[in-house]
Amino acid sequence: MAIQLSDIAASRVRHFLENRGKGIGLRLGVKTTGCSGLAYVIEFVDELQEGDEVFESKGVKVVVDQKSLVFLDGTEVDFAKVGLNEGFQFKNPNAKDACGCGESFTV
Amino acid sequence: MALLQISEPGESTAPHQHRFSAGIDLGTTNSLVGMVRSGEAVCLADSQGRSLLPSIVHFASAEILTGYEAQALQISDPLNTVSSIKRMMGRGRQDVGQPDDVICYDFVSSETSKVPRIRTRRGDLSAVEISSAILKALALRATQSVGGVLDGVVITVPAYFDDAQRQATRDAAKLAGLNLFRLLNEPTAAAVAYGLDQDSDGLIAVYDLGGGTFDISILRLNKGVFEVLATGGDSALGGDDMDRAVAGWIMQQGGFSDIDNSLARMIMLAAREAKENLTDSDSSEISIDYQQSSWRGNIDRDQLDKLISPLVKRSITACRRALRDAGVDKADIAEVVMVGGSTRVALVKTMVGEYFEREPMCDLDPDEVVALGAAIQADILAGNKPDSDMLLLDVLPLSLGIETMGGLSEKIIDRNTAIPVARAQEFTTFKDGQTAMSIHVVQGERELVSDCRSLARFELRGFPPMTAGAARIRVTYQVDADGLMSVTAEETGSGVAAEIVVKPSYGLSDREIESMLRASMDHAREDIELRMLKEQQVEARRVIEAINAALAQDGQMLLSDSEIAEIEHHRSNLEAAIESATSEELKQLIRAIEDASESYVAKRMNASVTQALTGKKIDEVDV
Repeated sequence: MAIQLSDIAASRVRHFLENRGKGIGLRLGVKTTGCSGLAYVIEFVDELQEGDEVFESKGVKVVVDQKSLVFLDGTEVDFAKVGLNEGFQFKNPNAKDACGCGESFTV
Repeated sequence: MALLQISEPGESTAPHQHRFSAGIDLGTTNSLVGMVRSGEAVCLADSQGRSLLPSIVHFASAEILTGYEAQALQISDPLNTVSSIKRMMGRGRQDVGQPDDVICYDFVSSETSKVPRIRTRRGDLSAVEISSAILKALALRATQSVGGVLDGVVITVPAYFDDAQRQATRDAAKLAGLNLFRLLNEPTAAAVAYGLDQDSDGLIAVYDLGGGTFDISILRLNKGVFEVLATGGDSALGGDDMDRAVAGWIMQQGGFSDIDNSLARMIMLAAREAKENLTDSDSSEISIDYQQSSWRGNIDRDQLDKLISPLVKRSITACRRALRDAGVDKADIAEVVMVGGSTRVALVKTMVGEYFEREPMCDLDPDEVVALGAAIQADILAGNKPDSDMLLLDVLPLSLGIETMGGLSEKIIDRNTAIPVARAQEFTTFKDGQTAMSIHVVQGERELVSDCRSLARFELRGFPPMTAGAARIRVTYQVDADGLMSVTAEETGSGVAAEIVVKPSYGLSDREIESMLRASMDHAREDIELRMLKEQQVEARRVIEAINAALAQDGQMLLSDSEIAEIEHHRSNLEAAIESATSEELKQLIRAIEDASESYVAKRMNASVTQALTGKKIDEVDV
C-alpha cells in the first residue's frame, strides 16, 4: 500500500505548508459525492484522526484514512500547469471511469 | 482534468462547488488580481508572466483592449485610450477637468447627465463603464487561472474614497458581472497581507508611494477591526516625479537642448531605468543615442539620493501631518507597512525607517501587497476558512442619529461601531391624535441636528391616532458591510411601516469627518448646555399642550375661576419664557405650573376613577 507524490507536487506541498505556518502534512482522501461516485479530498492536516495511515513521500507526510486508502492505493499525485491554471492532479490506478472534470471517479 | 488546490482541514468542497474568489486592486496606474490557492495568496500573472495590468482601456472599433495592449495605443490614438480613470470615479462634472488634472479627453457636454462622460468611438462612456472594462479583464484572468467561475471578489479603494466614489466602484463591479463581497480600504488590505490583523492591537502606518500619488494612512487595530484614524498624502507625488528629477539631471549633464517629444520620452525611460538599477547596485550606466545627440554617463546612488531627497522629504512631511491628525505619537506606531513600487527605492526605505524609528515592512512585493490582502479577505468571505478565523470589519466613522423634538440628535448607532450592524430604538408621538411622523436621519457627533450632517428625511404616515406617548414607533438603522445604510420605521401596534435607503451621494470625505469630530470635541460643553435647554423647551411645550387639553376638557367642571386663573397665569409665564429663558429658569417655571395644578391633577384622577366605577358592583371592578 503506498501513495506517492511527484517531485514537483512534493515541493509545492512543502512550500504551501511552510507558507501556512502550521500543519503536519497533507491529507488525501475520497468522499462519496460528485458526478461519478467518488470525489477527491486534498487538505492540510493539523492533527491526526483515529484510523489515519501516515506515509512519508519526499519529505511530506501524506495522511490517508483507512476507508479512503482502498480507493487511493497506488495513486501518484502530481502538480500541473495548464495555461494560467495550476493545481494538483490524481493519477489513480483504481479509477475506472472519471467524469470529464477529473474531480470525481468510480472504481 | 481538474487541477485541485489544498483546502483547510474539513473545508473540502464537493466537486464543482469550489468557492473561488479573488481580490482586485483597482489602481490609478496599475491594477492587479490576487487569489488564495492552497492557502497561499498570490497575484495572478497573464500568459506572459506579468502580474501588473496597466489601468488603461483602449476602445477599438471591434473590441475593447486593456492593459499593455491599450498602453501601446496611447500615443497613436489618445482620444480612444483612457488612463487614470480612477481619478474620475464618483466625481461630478464640476469636479474633473481642473487645470492641474492631466485629463485631456473629449468630455461630452450634456445637461442630462450628471456624471462626466468621455467621448470614444464606442460611445460616450462614464468612469464606471471604463473601470468595469479593467475589472472584466482581471476577472477573466482569474477565471482562467482557476478553471471555474468566481464566487465573488473583494475590490480595494483608497481609504479617503467617499461614499460616491465607493458606490461608483461598486457599480463598476456590477457592470462587469462580478459579485462584490465587499470593498476594502487599500491600507487595510496591505496590513492584512502582512498578517497584521492576527497581531495584537496597535497602531499601523501604511506608507503608499506609487507612480503618481502618495498616501499615508494611520490605522488602529482594535479587536480585529481596523479603524482608519487619519489619511493624508499628496496626489501629485510619486515615482514619476523621481524619474523627472533624474531626467532633468541627465539633460543638464548631457547638455541637451532643443528637446522634442521623442527625445524627452527616451530620456525619461533612461532615467527610470537608472533609478530602478540603483535599487540593487551602487551605480548605473546611462546612454542616450538620438539622431545627432548622444551621451554616455554614469549615475551613482549618492547622486540619485541628492536628486530625489526633496521629494521623499515631502512625503515625510505628509506623514508628520497624518500623525498629528490622528492625534497619535510617532513612538506609538507598532508597524510601518510599505506599499507601492516606489518604496523599492533605497532612500525611501531609509528615510521612512529613520522617521518612524523602526524597520519598515517590505518583504512582500510592494506592487502586489494590496491585491494579496484583498485576496486573503475574499477567500475568508467565500467561506474557505473555518469560522474561527474571524472576519475583518470596518467601523462607522461617525455616529448615526435621528432628529427628536427640539432639533436634537439622538444617536442610534455610535461611531466606531463595527459594521455590518443593525440597531433599533423606539420612539413615540408628541401630540394627541398624531398620525404621522417625520424621520430625519443625521450623521455626526454634535448634540444639535443643525450641527450634524443631514443624510435623509422620510415620513411614516397613516398610523392610527392615539394619545401622545401611546404610539410605539420602532426605528431600525441598518448599515451593511459596504457602509450602505437603510432605515425603517414601523408603528408596531398597527404595522404601518416606511423605509428609506440612504443615497450615497451624501458621503463625507475623511477630511470632513475629521473636522466634524474635532468640532464635536471643541463644542462639547456648549453642545450639552444647548441640549439641556432644548430638552426643557420641548418639555415646556409638552406641559402647555397637556394643560390646555385638560382645561378644555374639564377645567370648568372641576376648578373654580380663581384656580383656573392661577394655572393660566403660570402657563402664560412659561409660554412667554420659552424662547428666552435658560434651561434652569424653564425648569423652575415648569415646576411652578406643576405645583399650581397639583390639586387639579388629583381632582381629575378622582373624577376619572369615579366615572369608571359609577354604576358598577364592587366585584365587577378589576383591581
